[in-house]
Amino acid sequence: MFSAARQLREKGVLGLNERNADFIMRLNPRRFYPRVDDKALTKELALAAGMAVPDLYGIIEHQVQVRQLTDMVGDLESFVIKPAQGSGGDGILVVTGRSERKRDSFRLSSGALVSKGELEHHISNIVGGQYSLSGNRDKALIEYCVHFDPTFAEVSYQGVPDIRVVVYRGYPAMAMVRLPTRASEGKANLHQGAVGAGVEMGSGVTLAGVLNDEIVEEHPDTGALVAGVEIPQWQFILETSAKGLEVTGLGYLGVDMVIDRDRGPLILEMNARPGLNIQIANGTGLADRIARIDELYDASATPEERAEISRREFKLER
Amino acid sequence: MKQGYVYVLAALLAVIGLSVFLYKWQVLGFPLSEDQEKPVWTVESAVHFDSGPGSIKVQLHIPTLTPGFRMLNENSVSRGYGFSINYGSGGREAQWAIRRADGEQTIYYRISVYEDDTVDESDTTPPFPPLPVINEPLKTAVDVLVADVRDHSADTASFTTELLRRLNDPSPDPNVELLLSEAASDAEFVDVARTMLASARIPARTVHGFSLAGRQRNASLVSWLEVHDGDQWLYFNPATGESNLPDRFLVWWRGNEPLVNVEGGSNVEVDFAIQENHLDAVAIAETQVSQRGASAVGVSLYSLPIQTQAVYAVLLMIPIGALIMVVMRNIVGVDAFGTFMPVLIALAFRETKLLWGVVLFTTLVALGLSIRFLLDRLRLLLVPRLSAVLIVVVILMMLISLASHRMGMETGLSVALFPMVIIAMTIERMSVVWEERGAVDAMRAGLGSLFVAIAAYIFMGMAWLEHLIFTFPELLLVILALVVLAGRYTGYRLTELRRFKELAAK
Repeated sequence: MFSAARQLREKGVLGLNERNADFIMRLNPRRFYPRVDDKALTKELALAAGMAVPDLYGIIEHQVQVRQLTDMVGDLESFVIKPAQGSGGDGILVVTGRSERKRDSFRLSSGALVSKGELEHHISNIVGGQYSLSGNRDKALIEYCVHFDPTFAEVSYQGVPDIRVVVYRGYPAMAMVRLPTRASEGKANLHQGAVGAGVEMGSGVTLAGVLNDEIVEEHPDTGALVAGVEIPQWQFILETSAKGLEVTGLGYLGVDMVIDRDRGPLILEMNARPGLNIQIANGTGLADRIARIDELYDASATPEERAEISRREFKLER
Repeated sequence: MKQGYVYVLAALLAVIGLSVFLYKWQVLGFPLSEDQEKPVWTVESAVHFDSGPGSIKVQLHIPTLTPGFRMLNENSVSRGYGFSINYGSGGREAQWAIRRADGEQTIYYRISVYEDDTVDESDTTPPFPPLPVINEPLKTAVDVLVADVRDHSADTASFTTELLRRLNDPSPDPNVELLLSEAASDAEFVDVARTMLASARIPARTVHGFSLAGRQRNASLVSWLEVHDGDQWLYFNPATGESNLPDRFLVWWRGNEPLVNVEGGSNVEVDFAIQENHLDAVAIAETQVSQRGASAVGVSLYSLPIQTQAVYAVLLMIPIGALIMVVMRNIVGVDAFGTFMPVLIALAFRETKLLWGVVLFTTLVALGLSIRFLLDRLRLLLVPRLSAVLIVVVILMMLISLASHRMGMETGLSVALFPMVIIAMTIERMSVVWEERGAVDAMRAGLGSLFVAIAAYIFMGMAWLEHLIFTFPELLLVILALVVLAGRYTGYRLTELRRFKELAAK
C-alpha cells in the first residue's frame, strides 16, 4: 500500500486531497467561483475578452418563462439546453433535429425523440435547481449546438468530443480530448463512460486513451485507433486556454473547448475543480509540470507567450 | 507557513485536551472505563453512655491524617446535640454538647473513606521529644535498657525493632520486667515503649485504628507505635516488632489521650461498626473535584439532569462519527451521498440496532426510489417532488411499523427517530445520480454511504468510547486536532492508489 503510494509520488501523480488543499484552495479565490460556476457569466466574460463561444439563444430563469422555449428556438433544427450551474455535464440536453411531420417533437443526440412537454419539464428541473451544484435555483441556457468537426469522426460515437486543458497559473499544463461513446450516451464525460485521450502538448496529437481508469488503444464503439489524431488550431486552443487566467482569475483551471465545423474552437465552459483523470489519459502526473511552471513563472508573460512556453516545455520526445 | 499554523493549532488542541484528560484521570481519579467501582468503607462509631443530671459534653477523636485513605464524607447523628469539629493536640475531635438529656444516650459519628495511595502522611517533622522525667528505680532500668539497645542497633528503625523484641521477650530480663509491671493494657504497653524511645530522644507516638476488611459488627481498635526517623514516620506493631502497617489500616487517632471523653455522663462505651460498599468511581471523583476546588477543569456532565445527560451521551458521539466520515472520505476515499448523511443514519441505527437498521434503510431507500421513478413520470417541480418523496417515506415507515408489529417484531416500532428527511434527500440524490451516471454509480455511492454509516455506527456505539468521551469531554479537542490535521492531509486517498494504478505500473 505504501509502496503504491510512493510509486505514484515518484511519477508526480496529483491526488484529490493535494489538488484541493495545495492548488484549489491556494490559487482559486472563492469569490471568483461564480465566474466559472455560472455558465451564463462565463459566457459573458469570455465574450468580453474576445473569445469565441457558442451563441446564446436565450436564458430561462423562472418557471413562467419555460413556455418561451418555443419562441427562443424558433425554427432552429438544433440547440443545446444546459443548466448554468451544472457540473460534469449533468443536465445537458442536446437537440440535434426535429421530426419532419411533428415540429414539436425533438430528436436528441442519443437518437430518442422527445416531445416539447418533456423538454419543458427538463427545463423546469433545471430552473428548480436539480442539477445545480448548490441545489439552489438555477438558470437554463439555450444555446447554439456545436456542429461536429470531422477531425474526430472516427473516434467518437454520437455527441461532440471536447478538449480539456488544465491551466496552471495561466500556463497550459496538460490536455486531453474526451471522446463520447455509446456508454456515455454521446456525452463527453469520463464519469459516464467517455474515452479520455491524452494530448501531446507540443503538437496537439492525441496519445492513447483511458476508459473507466483503464488504458485503451481503440475506441470501444468505432474500433479506430485513439492515438495519432491531430487537433486543428492547436496553438489557438492553447492561447485561448491560457487566457482563462485573465478571464476568471483562477490559478488552477480546467478549460473545456469544442471544435465547431464552421466556427473553429469555441469555449464551452471553465471549471475551478478540474478532475484528475487527465493524468491517467496522459499517462503522467501533473505534479512535475506544475513544479516546472512554478520555476518558469513570469507574471508579465502574455497568454500567447505562455502557450508557446508550455508547448516547448511539455513537448514529448518521440 | 500556513501548514505550520495548522500543526501548531493541532498540537495546542491536542496538548490541552490530553493534559486536562490526564489530570482528571490521574489526579482526580475519574475512571477510564464504565462501571468501575471502588470499595468504600463506612466506619460508624457509636458512643453509648448514661446521662447525668447536668449538661453533657462529649469529645470523640476522629480521623485526621489517614495514610492510604481519602475521606469521601463524614456526618454525625445525635438527636438534640450541638455538633462541632475542633482541632486538638491529637488531631481532630468531634464535640457534642447538650444542656440536658435523660437516660441512655447514643451518639453516632460516621465517616466514609476509600483507598487512595497518593494520600500519605503530610505531617511535619516533629521536634525531638524532651527527656521524660522518671523516678527511681525505674530511671536506672530505663537508662540501662536504652544503652543496651543502642549498642545493638544502627538506626532509629533497628533501635525500635530491638527495643520491641526485648519488651516482648517471653523470658524478659529484670529491667524489662520491672518496667512492664505497671502496664496492663496494650495502650499502656505502647506507652512504656514510647517513654523508652523518648529517653533515646526519638519522636514516637501511638496510633490507634483498625484494618478495614469486609463487614465488622464490633471492630476493636489496635494500637501501633509510630516512630519518626528524621525523614518519615515508621510504623511498628508493638507486639511483634513488625514494621509495616497491615493492609488497609485506617488510622483513627494518634496520641495517648483516651478515644472519648464524656463530661456529665457515665458508663461510656464506644462501638465501631465497619461496612464495605462499592461506589461508582465517577461519584468518588466528583467529590474529589469539589474537595480540591478543581471545578474549573473538573466541570463534568454528570452534574446535569439525567435526561440531559442522556442527550449529551449521544451528542458527544457525533464528533466521533464526523471523524470517521473525514477518514472515510479524505483518507480512504469512499463515495457517499451528502456530507454527514451517513453519520445521521448511524445515529438512527442506535435506536434500531444494526441489522434491523440496515434492513430498514435499504428497504426504505429501495421502495422510495421506485416510487420516485414513478413520480418522475408526473414531471413534478423539484420542491413539490421532494416533498412528495418525503411524504411517501413517512407513509412507508408507518406501514413498516404496522407490518412488523403485526408480525410480532417490536423492533419495527423503533423507527420513529429514523431521519426521514435525510432519507428523502438520499432517495432524491440517488435517483438523480442513477439517471445521469447510471445504476452502477448510484449503487456505489449508496453502498458507500451505508458502509460509512455502519463504520460510524460501530464506533459511535462503543460503550467504552461513549463513557470515555462523556467523562472526559476534553477529548473532543483531540478529535478536533485530528480533524484539523486531516484537513491538511495532501497524500493520496486509498481508492486513488487503485484509480491511478496504470500510472504507477509504467
